[in-house]
Amino acid sequence: MPDGAAPVLDVRGLKTVFRTRGGEVHAVNSVSFHLQPGELLGVVGESGSGKSVTMMSLIGLLPSPPADVRDGQVLLEGRDLLRITPEALRSVRGAEVGFVFQDPMTSLNPVFTVGDQIMEPLRTHLGMTRAQAETRAAELLDLVGIPDARKRLKSYPHQFSGGMRQRVMIAIALACDPKVLIADEPTTALDVTIQAQILELVRDLRSKLGMAIVWITHDLGVIAGIADRVMVMYAGQVVEQAPVKELFANPRHPYTRALLKTIPSNAGARGDRLQVIQGQPPILGAAPTACPFRARCRHAFDRCARENPARRPVGRGHDVACHWTPEGADA
Amino acid sequence: MFTFIVRRLLLAIPTLLLISLVIFLLVDFAPGSPMSEIPLTVPPDVRQKIIESLGANEPVWWRYLLWLRQFFWVEPLHLWDHLFGTAFAEGQQRIVSWQSRSPVFDVIAQRVPQTLTVVGTAYLFGVLIALPIGIWSAYRQYSWFDQLGTFISMVGYSVPTFFTGVLLIVIFAVNLHWFPSTYDTTLKVTDWASFWQQVRQMALPVTVLALFNAAEISRYTRSAMLENLGQDYVRTARAKGMSERTVLLKHVLRNSLIPVVTVIALGLPTVFGGAIITEQVFKVNGIGAALIGAIHANDLPMVQTLTFIFAVLIVLFNLIADILYGVLDPRIRYD
Repeated sequence: MPDGAAPVLDVRGLKTVFRTRGGEVHAVNSVSFHLQPGELLGVVGESGSGKSVTMMSLIGLLPSPPADVRDGQVLLEGRDLLRITPEALRSVRGAEVGFVFQDPMTSLNPVFTVGDQIMEPLRTHLGMTRAQAETRAAELLDLVGIPDARKRLKSYPHQFSGGMRQRVMIAIALACDPKVLIADEPTTALDVTIQAQILELVRDLRSKLGMAIVWITHDLGVIAGIADRVMVMYAGQVVEQAPVKELFANPRHPYTRALLKTIPSNAGARGDRLQVIQGQPPILGAAPTACPFRARCRHAFDRCARENPARRPVGRGHDVACHWTPEGADA
Repeated sequence: MFTFIVRRLLLAIPTLLLISLVIFLLVDFAPGSPMSEIPLTVPPDVRQKIIESLGANEPVWWRYLLWLRQFFWVEPLHLWDHLFGTAFAEGQQRIVSWQSRSPVFDVIAQRVPQTLTVVGTAYLFGVLIALPIGIWSAYRQYSWFDQLGTFISMVGYSVPTFFTGVLLIVIFAVNLHWFPSTYDTTLKVTDWASFWQQVRQMALPVTVLALFNAAEISRYTRSAMLENLGQDYVRTARAKGMSERTVLLKHVLRNSLIPVVTVIALGLPTVFGGAIITEQVFKVNGIGAALIGAIHANDLPMVQTLTFIFAVLIVLFNLIADILYGVLDPRIRYD
């Protein structure tokens, strides 16, 4: 922890299981992480690595059944969100924790005006009157860079472009001044210039408002530009965690290394093939008892099949869940 | 929107003219004579006189043009006179039923109230039952409530009303004596006792039709709700901390109502159509019964006029459904 302050969000040993017809799927396996006030934590991993499911488990956004958040603690300023009533959790969602989703084209309700949708959390959580909420909603739209905010409140989502809709989503998430903003691949569905604008906006809002942000993405380039600290997830586990500079300079987990190699570079020869990680991440029918990455790992050795590696510190604020060390096999 | 409505109304004119021609010719080609109900003892020359006096011997195109003029000009004028006490339609020949020799529209005016009371109430009840069932079935998909709802809907929709009608009569009227088996059109509601009698005689036909309508509409509601429950904006609403009630009854229902309202609007002409079979089963003396009676008696003007009115209603409610669609869904604009 950089300055030893109490974390705003502290997740310990979170386990989420989906019960399906084909049996159980262990999507989140003992995930622990913390988030300092004002910090931006990047969460990276392939599709299906459990990034989104982890974050949705935190605030009870997964439909249950089939999802079952089985174990762990989610401490938001010391209060365990997994052990409060659904009503109490509801007043946390949207008020203390804001959520921005991936696809702005479908995340807004098409039949209500943008203003109506921004005003909803204001009126529910802060008990504002219609007039107060309208003023605040206009301020929020202005804050996220939508011109002529007062007038645009009366517009419907289909009258906005994708980037504008994502700005609206951000305005909704920020409406009640949350302590934590969880952004689930917020730029994935946008084209590159709009991505850059949204990144710029979030960076700007963060310095203005000072909330802590969890930024889920599979784009390492985005992470490098925006995050303070990075958490790499694989098969529902945190496999490596480090400050952003440390992670890019000194990746320890073979998966992180492989991920970094997959970033296309404009340094090498044009004809070079893109690097890929062979294979697919596993679907876990039971909590893993061996390293889930071993089948795709070039450094795997016999211990990897016997024992699921625990996270161990390897540097300042840097830990990794791997038996292998670059110096030699740690058998 | 206004231009759209005007354009659609103008387009409806050729549509309806074509429909009226088809109806007129089809009904006219059907075998039979307006004399089929007249006793055989009436001599042929008298029969011929009766036919001539009805105008049934005129060529079909001439009768069609006369009917058009009467339907679109004389009858509205007559209605105007009736409402405002003027005398524009004085001396103009109205469409006359061959069977009863009285103006067709007078017969319709007598029959419509019965139909609207029974079939209209049934449709209203059907919708009021169907919406909550559809909403809850979708919200608790595959629960026992949903399974039961699916089963009842399937039965209600697949078993014809003449069967459920007779079944209910056998159980509740014949065996249990709870309700009368037929509908007494002459009953006047003057006090609580007669009101209660009216409720009792409406109970069975309304139940039969409401069940049938509810079965259909609840299925549409359920599938529309299910489709919308899986949408991303529902997750957004939950992430905003909205209560399940708000999520379901504001966000999801508002979107689901778009197709459901269309179905309800398109089903409304059947109310005026009078659920012909149910009216027969319970002897409700409504529009449906009037149509059946007219067909039996080869009362061509009556059949043609009633059928055409149904066609007008269908065209009209199609337009209303389209307008409602535009009102409910902000993404649809007709200008």
